Amino acid sequence: MRKRESAVKNAVVKYGKERKNLLPILQEVKQIKNYLSRSDISEIGAEMGLSSAHVYGVASFYHFINLTEQGQNIIWVCKTISCYMKGSNDIMMALEERLKIKIGETTSDGKFTLLQTNCIGWCHKGPAMLVNDEPYTDLTPENVVQIIDSYYKK
Amino acid sequence: MSKKMINLVIDEIKTTVPEGTLLLEAAKSENVKIPTLCYHEDLCIAGNCRVCVVEVKGWNTLLAACATPAMEGMVVYTNSPLVRRARRDILALLISEHSTQCTTCYRSTNCELQDLAAEYNIDNEIYINLLKDKIFTVDRTSWAIEKDESKCIRCQRCVRTCAELQKVNALDVINKGAEMKIATFFDMAMSDVVCTNCGQCINRCPTGALTERRYIDEIWDAIGDPTKHVIVQTAPAVRVALGEMLGYEPGVRVTGKMVTALKRIGFDSVLDTDFSADLTIVEEGHELLQRLKRKLVDQEDIALPLMTSCSPAWIKFIEHLYPDYLDHLSTCKSPQQMFGAIAKTYYAEKKELDPKDIVNVSVMPCSAKKFEANRMEMKDSGYPDIDLVCTTRELGHMIRQSGINFKELPNSKYDKFMGESTGAAVIFGVTGGVMEAALRTAYEIVTGREVPFEGLNITPVRGMEGIREATIKLEKVLPDWSFLEGVELRVAVAHGLTNAAQIMDNIVIGESPYHFIEIMGCPGGCIGGGGQPIPTNEEIRRKRTEAIYTEDEKMKIRKSHENPEIIKLYEEFLGTPLGEISHKLLHTKYTRRERV
Repeated sequence: MRKRESAVKNAVVKYGKERKNLLPILQEVKQIKNYLSRSDISEIGAEMGLSSAHVYGVASFYHFINLTEQGQNIIWVCKTISCYMKGSNDIMMALEERLKIKIGETTSDGKFTLLQTNCIGWCHKGPAMLVNDEPYTDLTPENVVQIIDSYYKK
Repeated sequence: MSKKMINLVIDEIKTTVPEGTLLLEAAKSENVKIPTLCYHEDLCIAGNCRVCVVEVKGWNTLLAACATPAMEGMVVYTNSPLVRRARRDILALLISEHSTQCTTCYRSTNCELQDLAAEYNIDNEIYINLLKDKIFTVDRTSWAIEKDESKCIRCQRCVRTCAELQKVNALDVINKGAEMKIATFFDMAMSDVVCTNCGQCINRCPTGALTERRYIDEIWDAIGDPTKHVIVQTAPAVRVALGEMLGYEPGVRVTGKMVTALKRIGFDSVLDTDFSADLTIVEEGHELLQRLKRKLVDQEDIALPLMTSCSPAWIKFIEHLYPDYLDHLSTCKSPQQMFGAIAKTYYAEKKELDPKDIVNVSVMPCSAKKFEANRMEMKDSGYPDIDLVCTTRELGHMIRQSGINFKELPNSKYDKFMGESTGAAVIFGVTGGVMEAALRTAYEIVTGREVPFEGLNITPVRGMEGIREATIKLEKVLPDWSFLEGVELRVAVAHGLTNAAQIMDNIVIGESPYHFIEIMGCPGGCIGGGGQPIPTNEEIRRKRTEAIYTEDEKMKIRKSHENPEIIKLYEEFLGTPLGEISHKLLHTKYTRRERV
């Protein structure tokens, strides 16, 4: 519990209490703790003199600031039109088959969470996905399984 | 230095406006009406609904009139075919996601979207109705405020109200794109968040998305039940605003007609919250003097400044956001609750009624009073002080339902007893009023003389400034109060919770120079309350305020402690102010709350 509290306080000390620093603070706390809980959000609000609802409003705007507990690795499959035309549905099905989970779920070993994202700028090499911050492109139902397996070996 | 003037043409009318004037205001000054939805005079500009778009010669896009300042040489068209088509499309898109069940909507005939849809002849079929594909919730968890997402057009007036006027931020924008909506912290129930129930968002909501919880049916049922003795009390601010619900201009006093209407509706007894406002002043005035004595004479560590406790939105605000400072609050219940407690004890005894058969209904300019009446601790007589609370708006609806022709009604007087009122009680309805009433009484208790202001009008505490202050020097005091000789009593008045927060922040850092502070949760005080007729703006609030001060000046008795019914109440029942019975029935305690 002590470690959790200090994550918020440290981030606020590091970036400062001004409103403009809210986003880096949210990112940092998410990075450390995997996701932002209700108590994190209201603590950030209290530390910065902002209302809890306002901090929640900002956090909920961004897909990459997670508000529920995530697996160790987050897979973001691009759902935008270019990747869709190149078969992102098949990629998603291969992932669901390999991981035995549906979109939005986390594997029972807590290793992966499967999510979708809007365009990540790899339209020319679609279908594409991110695993955490790492982009993977020119995906096929076969190579995507290998990519996942490589994470199991790590 | 005078401002630079700008010349422009609006719909072929040449006009000159000061630099910085918005196109919307410039058009208004030439009597050209541009429709608006997200724009509200009390709030900052949002420019998100786009319904105010106008065409400007030389610009290749339409501009939002509410967010564009007039510029030299502009040629503006507010009603060109392009503009009309754009507005129509915008409205049709809004309506495609709006629950258009107008016949079953509380705000029907008082809805800005409905009015505009009628003006622009919106055909619902222009765009596919998206409502059925979305999941909407209606939040009825709060005692005071109902939130219906299906009627929200996301203009964010409520968000700006909550942030700018009240500094509460209970509501904010969450998610984005098609999922964007107005919600509380993690979309929690309205009853569980920092919401103070002030209802200012209701007053500014252009549609029926935010409304007060209605208790009209319960009130009719109580009236219709022959075993019940139904008492109604009306707050001071109701009488200067009810007229707006029934065809009068803002600022018309309809006290006499309102009393007649309530009698015809069938209430067994029509009484006045003014009576208990006077009672509050007597109790609170003595509490102030007692605290000063304990501080100055007994050297006790007692919390000063003392802060008023009449405004339930303010109470919930301090409980949530400044829970360490609850001892600054006066322990006096609000007039509504004092009235209820006395009605179910003293009144019941005198009228030979069983308190369990009494139904206390109160008509309030306020939505937070609904929450206050339902507080667990508000049943010191063994029965709930207040059973049902309705707003000025609800009373307007009830009068319409009853078929009464309000304008033709004769005037009548409140029933006795607990119907006697003073000018001091009437001004409870405006910001500064409680302070003025308290000073009229406290000064006289201490010095034996009337307050040294012409006509008892303590003008420094009046007005619409967010925070006002005054100093009254106490001289030639009576022997009992010799410790106050030469003391300069410093008081402050604040209205709107943003101003209250400023006062509180000064107390937190230990730099508050005051002895006594009046705080009203709503801008303008109760006349601008969350239960008052819609619309609201500064001019309407000013007119209601003037009406209240006129009512005060027309009163024979203008000091709370001279109210003959109050004097009798102390003689027959309460004994002394702050006495044992007072303490049991008229005083309360407060609860620490979370700030989510």
